Amino acid sequence: MSAVDLLVEPLTYDFMVRALVTILVASVVCAVLSCWLVLIGWSLMGDAVSHAVLPGVVLAYVVGAPFALGALVFGLLAVVLIGFVRDTSRVKEDAAIGIVFTSLFALGLVLVSVTPSQTDLHHIVFGNLLGVARGELVQVGLLGALVLVVLLVKRRDLTLYAFDPTHAHAIGLSPRRLGALLLGLLAVTAVVALQAVGVVLVVAMLVVPGATAQLLTDRFSRMLVIAPALAAACGVVGLYASYYADTASGATIVLTQGVVFAAVHLFSPRRGVVTTWLVRRARPAVPAPE
Amino acid sequence: MTAALEVRDLRVRYGDVRALDGVDLTVAHGRVCGLVGVNGSGKSTLFKAVMGVVRAETGTVLVDGTDPDTARRRGTVSYVPQSEDVDPTFPLSVRDVVMTGRYGRLGPTRRPRREDHAAVDDALGRVGLDDLADRQIGRLSGGQRKRAFVARGLAQGATVLLLDEPFAGVDKASEATIVRLLRELAAGGAAVLVSTHDLHALPALADEAALLHRRVLVHGTPAEVLRPENLALAFGVGTPAVDR
Repeated sequence: MSAVDLLVEPLTYDFMVRALVTILVASVVCAVLSCWLVLIGWSLMGDAVSHAVLPGVVLAYVVGAPFALGALVFGLLAVVLIGFVRDTSRVKEDAAIGIVFTSLFALGLVLVSVTPSQTDLHHIVFGNLLGVARGELVQVGLLGALVLVVLLVKRRDLTLYAFDPTHAHAIGLSPRRLGALLLGLLAVTAVVALQAVGVVLVVAMLVVPGATAQLLTDRFSRMLVIAPALAAACGVVGLYASYYADTASGATIVLTQGVVFAAVHLFSPRRGVVTTWLVRRARPAVPAPE
Repeated sequence: MTAALEVRDLRVRYGDVRALDGVDLTVAHGRVCGLVGVNGSGKSTLFKAVMGVVRAETGTVLVDGTDPDTARRRGTVSYVPQSEDVDPTFPLSVRDVVMTGRYGRLGPTRRPRREDHAAVDDALGRVGLDDLADRQIGRLSGGQRKRAFVARGLAQGATVLLLDEPFAGVDKASEATIVRLLRELAAGGAAVLVSTHDLHALPALADEAALLHRRVLVHGTPAEVLRPENLALAFGVGTPAVDR
């Protein structure tokens, strides 16, 4: 079998084509958003929101509303609750995040168990990339495009918010609104990625690409190119690998992202752990001044 | 002439803690005012009140004759943060950071125009950072980083500059450069309010000084403020921080 055949054969199946498009959209959107999340220190918030949207998704299914709406409501509710617990008790933010998102996720699981719906818990938790229907693909495409356009149009304001919110305030911007915008986009993105890789693995897609890109460049504008490019490549490689190795597609894609992060962390030209060690070793020792 | 900064009977509290308790302070254009006080005396809170970040319980703040919200929409106030408030790993170049000073003047996408690039280049030249403009902000020394943030205020066209401990962690040469820069800015008509722990440098830096301990205890020339009996008021004698 030639290399071209290896690439083309899976695409003879419609479900693989839909899976490929879905993972490309989800990877790119999550990766672009991840650039801000890792710089603000909101990686855990990505974890929290992606889990907390579950009850919203189930309730939206029950009342026949769009999934995105339910997810958005519960994503923002999670953020408000985290802030409330943190500000009105002695509990620190990481604990507040842990309490709120596990509680909301558990609420979602309970709702799934009592709701007579076709919501398959396994698919929500681990994703159902190979079972994406045409309608779902359209939803992923529309939501993904919406998030991407807003992120790119507001990228300079969001970057300023991440870097120096006090200055943002001093020149008349509203850090509170910018933060809320980013969290709202995070909630919508969680829905996009939920379809592809499931709740548990969404957090990887919302953290790993941005973190990897951060190791490779000192320019935020380049991060915004490197992160989605890497994530898209990992999505394609992971999907093909899962096809031929007959492994879980969502998990294989995230594993690919993890392997790429490890490789960059160890071997990146400027800051790789192994690279800098080798450079230091190759440099002749300078005698101490007498 | 309208004062650059006019604070009247300003009271701010965080829960039980009263951070500012009746601050009165006026700073004119063309003056550098040093703000001196122990940690917790309310220096940072006063800056935040001038920027409208914290709301006053009572009292007024006027910046160039207007309220802080209007002043910040006009880009009147620029703030140079403390070193620890800036993430040194953040992937922005010095030029990117200075450009953020222009954002208040730009359209919704903040796409810079030709005159914005020119203003940024000019500001970088005035603080002597033209050669380092494309370096990542965290790869500057502490003093160079402070100059980059002053350049941001210049690019912004701010007429009131607030500097929170600009000399902390800065070598003497950089400190001298920053002092010269602030003096030049004041000579150009800006009002500069700078908090500092470096009492020895105060006479060279400031035209006037204010000794703060939740309210302004003394406001006068640096020599007056630095009299031992005045310093004892702020540094030797405590006043209760918590309302009873």
